[in-house]
Amino acid sequence: MSVSAAGAARLRLPPLLAFLLRRLLRLALLLVCVAALAFALARAAPVDPVEAFLGPAAAQVGPEQRAAIAARWGFDQPAPVQFLHWLGQALRGDLGESSIFAAPVAQVIGERFAASLALMLPAWILGGALGFGLGLAAGAREGGWLDRVIRLYAYLLTALPGFWLAMLLLIVFAVWLGWAPVCCAVPPGLLPDQVSLGQRLAHLVLPVAALSVLGVGPVALHTRAKVAEAMRADFVLYAFAQGAGRAEVALRHAARHAALPALTILFAGMGELFGGSVVAEQVFAWPGLGRAAIEAGLRADVPLLLGIALATALFVGCGNLIADLLAQAVDPRQRRRA
Amino acid sequence: MNARAKIKARVNARGRLLLTGLTAALLLGGALLAGHGMDAALLRPRFGLAALPPGPGYPFGTDALGRDLLARSLRGLETSLLVGLLAATASTLIALLLAGLAMLGRAADAIVGLAVETCIGLPHLVLMILVAFALGGGVGAVVAAVALTHWPVLTRILRAEFQAVLTADYVIHARRFGHGPWFILRRHLLPHALPQLAVGFVLMLPHAILHEAALTFVGFGIAPARPSIGGLLAEALGSLSAGWWWLGVLPGALLLAAVLCLDGIASGLRAWLSPRVAEA
Repeated sequence: MSVSAAGAARLRLPPLLAFLLRRLLRLALLLVCVAALAFALARAAPVDPVEAFLGPAAAQVGPEQRAAIAARWGFDQPAPVQFLHWLGQALRGDLGESSIFAAPVAQVIGERFAASLALMLPAWILGGALGFGLGLAAGAREGGWLDRVIRLYAYLLTALPGFWLAMLLLIVFAVWLGWAPVCCAVPPGLLPDQVSLGQRLAHLVLPVAALSVLGVGPVALHTRAKVAEAMRADFVLYAFAQGAGRAEVALRHAARHAALPALTILFAGMGELFGGSVVAEQVFAWPGLGRAAIEAGLRADVPLLLGIALATALFVGCGNLIADLLAQAVDPRQRRRA
Repeated sequence: MNARAKIKARVNARGRLLLTGLTAALLLGGALLAGHGMDAALLRPRFGLAALPPGPGYPFGTDALGRDLLARSLRGLETSLLVGLLAATASTLIALLLAGLAMLGRAADAIVGLAVETCIGLPHLVLMILVAFALGGGVGAVVAAVALTHWPVLTRILRAEFQAVLTADYVIHARRFGHGPWFILRRHLLPHALPQLAVGFVLMLPHAILHEAALTFVGFGIAPARPSIGGLLAEALGSLSAGWWWLGVLPGALLLAAVLCLDGIASGLRAWLSPRVAEA
C-alpha cells in the first residue's frame, strides 16, 4: 500500500485514480490469497486426484497407467509447484476441465453465472429498492407503528433460515395457489428453443421474490437508522419550521442522506446475495452457479470448485471495491482522510 | 423527569431484558427436555401412520414413513444447538487467539488482517463448502466447517478492542512502572476482552446454527439415522408437491423459534453483562 501510495504521489495521479489503483492491487493480492486457501483446502481433501479424474473408469486402470496419469497431470509434484502451475494457467484463463459437466471450467462458470445473475440482478435491484423504501418509511416516523413492523420484519429475517423462507414461498404460491411453477428454469421436457419468454419469466418470479425478500433486511435497517438520524437534524427542524410536511422532508432531505449508505451496503453485500442465491437455487432447482458449487463439493470436482471459489471471490471483491469507490467519489471528506 | 424516575425506568428496561432472557431459556430448555424424553418408538417408521397432517396426537404430523415429525424436529433441534454451541466456542477461541497474535507486532497484525480478509472475501457458504470438502464430507466435516469459519468478524472486533486497550494511558503507565506483557495480558487485556468474548459468542450462535442447517440442507452431511433440521427440510423438499406442507413448514418454524429464544437469551445476557448497552 505504501509503495503504490508513494508512486501515486510522485506521478500526481488524481486522488480517486490513485485510490482505485491501490484498491485494485489489494484485490489482486486478496484473490491470490483466496486461491491459495482454496487450493490448500482442496488438496487436503481425502480424494485421490487420479480417481477423481477418471471417475467410474478408475476400476479398469492399472497402477502403471495411474502413475502415468499422475505424472502427465502433475499430481506427483509438490503442492506449491502444483499451485503455481494452476495459478499460472488460471491467469491465462484456463481453469481446467470440470469432470461432472465434462466441459472447460471457465465455460461452465460463465454459463452458470449468467443463470445465477438472472436471479441475483433483479432480486438485488428489487430488494434494494424495497429495503430503501421501507427504511425511509420507517425512519421518517421513528417509533411509529410502521417503524415497529419493519423493524420486526428485519429482525425476523436475521433469525430465519433463508432456504426455509424460499420453501414457504414455494408452498404458498406454487403448491397451494398454483400461481408459479414448482421448479427449474424452464418447463421440464422441453428443448431450450421451445421455451417462450413468458415461460422463462414465470419460472423466474418465485426465486427472485425469495431472494429479494431476503435481501431487504440490512438495507432497510441501515436506511432507517440514517433517515431517523437525519430527521433529528437541525436542517430538518428548519424545514419543518418553514411548513414542510413530514413526507416531503423525508423524501427531499432525509432520502438524500440515506441514499449513499444504502448503495454502499448493497454493493458490499455481494457475498450474502450469492449465499442467498445458492440456497434459492437449491430450493427451486435453478441451474445456477450456486448449485454448481454444491455439486462440485459433493461430487469432488476439484477444478470446478476452485474456479467457483475464485469467481465468487472476484464477485465479492468487485462489489466491495465499487462500494468503496462510491463512498470516495461522492463524499470528499473520505478522500481527504485517505 | 427527575433522577429517581430515570433510574427506575433504566432498571425496568434492563429487568425486562433479563426476564425475556430467562423466559426464552426456560422455553428452549423445556423443548429440548421434551424432545429428549419422547418415546423412541415415535422415531421409527410406522407405515400405517404415513403422511398424517398435524392433528391431535401428532402436533407436527408424520412423514412419509410414519415417523412423528415433532419428535424428529426436536431431535434435530438438539443437534443444531449442539453444533451451534460447539462451533461458536471453537470460533470464539480462534478469534481470541488470532487477535492476541495480531498484538505481537506489525507483521503478525498484517498477516492476521490478511487472513480475516481472505476468509471474508469468499461468500460464507462457499468457504464452508470448501472446508467441508477438505474434510471429506459427512456430519463431522459439516460441524468442523461451521466451527472453523465464524471467527473473522469477532477477530476484527477483538483486535480493535485490544489495540484500544494497549494504547490506553493506564496500560502505558503500567508498562512504564515495569509490568511485563504477561501481567498486562492478565490484568488489563483479558478483563476487557471477556464481555466482548461473551457477547461475540452469543451473537455467533444463531449464525452458526443457521449455517449448519443451510449446509446440511444443500446436502453436506445428511445422516438418515440422525435427524437434523436442515436434513428434515431437504427431505421435505421432494414431497412439497404432494401437498405435505407440514414437513416443510414446521421444522423450519421450530428452528426460527429456537433462534428467537437464543436471541432473547443473548439480549438478557448482554443486559446482565454490560448494563450500559441495555439502556441504549
